[in-house]
Amino acid sequence: MVEVTARVGRATLGGLAYLGGLARVGRRAAYFTFIGPFKGRALRWQRVVHQAMAVGVEALPILSLITFFIGVILALQGAYELRKFGALHYVSSAVAISMTRELGPLMTAIVVIGRSGSAFAAEIGTMKVTEEIDALQTMALDPVQFLVTPKFLAMVVMLPCLTTWADLMGVLGGSLFGVSSAGFTFMGYLSASLDALFLRDITTGLVKSVMFGMTITAVGCYEGFSTGAGAEEVGRSTTAAVVVSIFLVIVVDLVFTALFYFMGAH
Amino acid sequence: MTDAGPTNDDLIGVRDLHVRYGEREVLHGIGFDVRRNETLVILGGSGSGKSTLLRALVGLEKPSGGEIWVKGRNIAEIPAAEMDEIRKKLGMSFQGGALFGSMSVGENVALPLREHTRLEDSTIEIIVRLKLEQVGLAGFEDYMPSQLSGGMKKRAAVARAMAMDPEMLFFDEPSAGLDPIIAAGIDNLILKLKKAFRITIVVVTHELASAFLIADRMVLIDKGNIIAIGTPEELRRSAHPRVRQFLDRMPEPEVYEELDYLQMLTEEHRPRRR
Repeated sequence: MVEVTARVGRATLGGLAYLGGLARVGRRAAYFTFIGPFKGRALRWQRVVHQAMAVGVEALPILSLITFFIGVILALQGAYELRKFGALHYVSSAVAISMTRELGPLMTAIVVIGRSGSAFAAEIGTMKVTEEIDALQTMALDPVQFLVTPKFLAMVVMLPCLTTWADLMGVLGGSLFGVSSAGFTFMGYLSASLDALFLRDITTGLVKSVMFGMTITAVGCYEGFSTGAGAEEVGRSTTAAVVVSIFLVIVVDLVFTALFYFMGAH
Repeated sequence: MTDAGPTNDDLIGVRDLHVRYGEREVLHGIGFDVRRNETLVILGGSGSGKSTLLRALVGLEKPSGGEIWVKGRNIAEIPAAEMDEIRKKLGMSFQGGALFGSMSVGENVALPLREHTRLEDSTIEIIVRLKLEQVGLAGFEDYMPSQLSGGMKKRAAVARAMAMDPEMLFFDEPSAGLDPIIAAGIDNLILKLKKAFRITIVVVTHELASAFLIADRMVLIDKGNIIAIGTPEELRRSAHPRVRQFLDRMPEPEVYEELDYLQMLTEEHRPRRR
């Protein structure tokens, strides 16, 4: 019995320490992004743009494909139920609302975790193993400022952009079903989607995506920095970065969805 | 300055330094001075704590006790911003070079200049060429680190360490992993830097030949303690058994008492603490 409580206690402490580590990395990155530039620590725009290309622009093809399919799937699944009520024309609103409020931000986050969260952990982890992080420090360069801040800014800007694009691709995917099987014209499907949406549906999705971006950066970079010695450790921290990011993104999603729901109720 | 600090001739003073990783203490109270413009070699076997000592000297390892005076400041206690000011005056060459893989050799050398000075790009370019020429890598600016051999990587790392014209230069195992000819080349490079610039050099190594070649003074570390300190001549004359064992390259004696040996084989497995 004592054994069990001790284990629970240790796991809890470990979890809290991990969150503390994440918060430290996130806070310092946010400091160097938003406050640092006013205190004479210039942002490295070249690096930010480079990261934004890698995180955002290069993710577009795969993200487009995935969210297009998700749109088709949503339409098919929605139509399965709506057909029973003879309400097949509501398929456009079902797709538009679930894409913008939930699946657009979430699928974008998952794709970015797989492409960039893992890459952050691998890059920083390798630099740790090869003493490059130590080298930065002996050159009086802050590793968080130098490595994390450009990623942080790129993610916070690019995730909402990607999410907007994902929303659009989802709606286009839905239109494939709408036009072929639900009697919509293409323009008719688009305007039906637009009519179904409130601005709030889109903004809540975008707010969530910004939070996801911060979470993914903090986890990826923190896992990179906590890499131990040896190449297999890089693999471990990369895997951990992906698993923990997915978990925390879902948690953040839950918290914000609940928040928006109860805020909207009043 | 307090009494504990080193005198004016000493650039670095270490006093009763303890460093521990978790529960394991690696350095048990080390003290020595590094004089201005001398080349000090820290000599020791694998696991003796010599690399930890070097990491502590450049502020990468926080001491668990004692003082490290660098340029009149105790770096065990000063805040990060002041440590960074001191770090701009020191250069460090890491064991594997630790060049940034995503940047060319030239960009690696230029990095500290770009970050810490307001020099024009054209000036930085000239300094980079100069530094690379000094380490024998003229014309390699545009190579990526992955295209260089081990010896060239180390030379490039030295060029980067020299970029800010440091007062102190630290080398971690400069000849580790190099063939004897390339290693001798690195030794020559250190000798050349020593002659050409007024610079204080601290080298950590286990290579006896190179240590005796480049050292003005040597510190011999064994199991986290200093067992000898002095000029190469003084060390050669030392009668201390561990010093003699190290310098004469004698292996550890492998004599087991029969009972100890039996116990070692039969005792229950104890997990080793790191």
